[in-house]
Amino acid sequence: MVRALIGSILVGVMCPLVGAYTVTRNLAFIGDALAHAVLPGIVFGYIVGVNPAIAAVPTGVAVAVLVRTLSRRAGLSSDTSIGILFATMFALGLVMLATASTIRVNIEDLLLGQILAITPTGIYVSLGITVMVILGLFAFHHWLLFTSFDPLGAQVNSTRASVADHAFLVMLALVVVIGIQAAGIVLVMAMLVTPAATAYLLARRFVSIMMTGAALGTAAAVTGLYVSYYFNLSAGPAMTLVASGIFVLVVLFRPRTTPA
Amino acid sequence: MSLRGVTVEVGGHTAVNNVTFDVKAGTLMGVVGPNGAGKSTLFNAIAGLLPVRQGKVTLHGAGQGSGGLAYVPQRESVNWRLPVTVMDVVMMGRCCRLGWFQRPGKRDRQIVKACLGRVGLWDQRSALMTELSGGQRQRVFVGRALAQEASVLLLDEAFSGADVAAQEALIGVLRTLRDEGRIILLATHDLTNLAGRFDQVLCLNRHVCACGPPEQVFTSEVMEQMYGAHGVGLNTDGES
Repeated sequence: MVRALIGSILVGVMCPLVGAYTVTRNLAFIGDALAHAVLPGIVFGYIVGVNPAIAAVPTGVAVAVLVRTLSRRAGLSSDTSIGILFATMFALGLVMLATASTIRVNIEDLLLGQILAITPTGIYVSLGITVMVILGLFAFHHWLLFTSFDPLGAQVNSTRASVADHAFLVMLALVVVIGIQAAGIVLVMAMLVTPAATAYLLARRFVSIMMTGAALGTAAAVTGLYVSYYFNLSAGPAMTLVASGIFVLVVLFRPRTTPA
Repeated sequence: MSLRGVTVEVGGHTAVNNVTFDVKAGTLMGVVGPNGAGKSTLFNAIAGLLPVRQGKVTLHGAGQGSGGLAYVPQRESVNWRLPVTVMDVVMMGRCCRLGWFQRPGKRDRQIVKACLGRVGLWDQRSALMTELSGGQRQRVFVGRALAQEASVLLLDEAFSGADVAAQEALIGVLRTLRDEGRIILLATHDLTNLAGRFDQVLCLNRHVCACGPPEQVFTSEVMEQMYGAHGVGLNTDGES
């Protein structure tokens, strides 16, 4: 239970920190897509006996970079590139799962999350990712603000803008890996988007959105964990419903002076 | 800055064709033409956002992507959902002057303060960009270009959403930057008082119709090339 609590807190903090960018940059879809696209990596991890969280990291990073490359090389919109990659990778993962006779994995656990079964290695991976992503967000903060606010101006300003954009996608992929362990492939987007969107309704400045989102995300993840534990539910749906409940309350009762 | 025979294609179609002109340091140039004339395409090519199919863009001392050139895009290209303050935006100009993993320091904050003072927005430094008028937003972007220490400024449709007083305030700021030797190109489809605002005017309609001092370029032939038969009756005070 202690490991599950640590895992939940990490999810609750990290998803909204990165989610603040996905919400304000209209990139919510890419978080969902990345979550689905890492399925082959997770299944591969089970097949070769590597912790699935570790195996998911390179898959997520590779897909994140591929999205940018495909949309630029093929001249397609990001949405289209993401749609193609997301479906292809998820299908590949399902085929691998169906054909790999050596592993016994409950697909429901992958889709909905199983934080109560998180291993010590899973926690170490999450902690490592947390440190890396926080350092990345700190280092790239001004560039990420620039590319999020004025992508063309940033691109003209320096070739580093493109590096910052890639770095953001990599950080997103890494956070998705943490989120999958708690909320599962299907519902990780809820932790990525809902607390950050709730914070967007409450906070005035971007950094405040990140901080408020992290606080709300932690509250939703921990509450969801205990609800799932005492009512014998999957953790992912419980966390999602708590986060959505907070969002609905904020929409109904938020102060009218804040920007929306 | 010089362009020689620059041709740019967008979506397989020639958007600007064989554009040639020179701009000396310390020039405030208006780029005018009807909608679809290729003004934004030309700016994107100069800024390195679009590939040049033929010809050459030369930016003396302000190479693309080196921070020497600042680009202020049309308002539609900016993500106004992101809640950033005036100070945040001007600080973005310092990004290219920072090393990897380096955060803005005391000197950067001093430069940003000075830039905000020059564009007359220090008092609004904590305001969100969405709380400003169109003219004030443009001045913030000019402040960002100053913080970037850019020697070439490209402003695309900078008068959009700004009333005449705000346009004049912007031109006033740009003139001081011009006097310091910067090259400023401002695209507009507003023909109001061009002679009073710009040193040079580039008339564009997918090709260069004319380029020179505003009081010389607006002949009937040039106006007809840009705006067709309706253009003959127009003058550069924006009245027909």
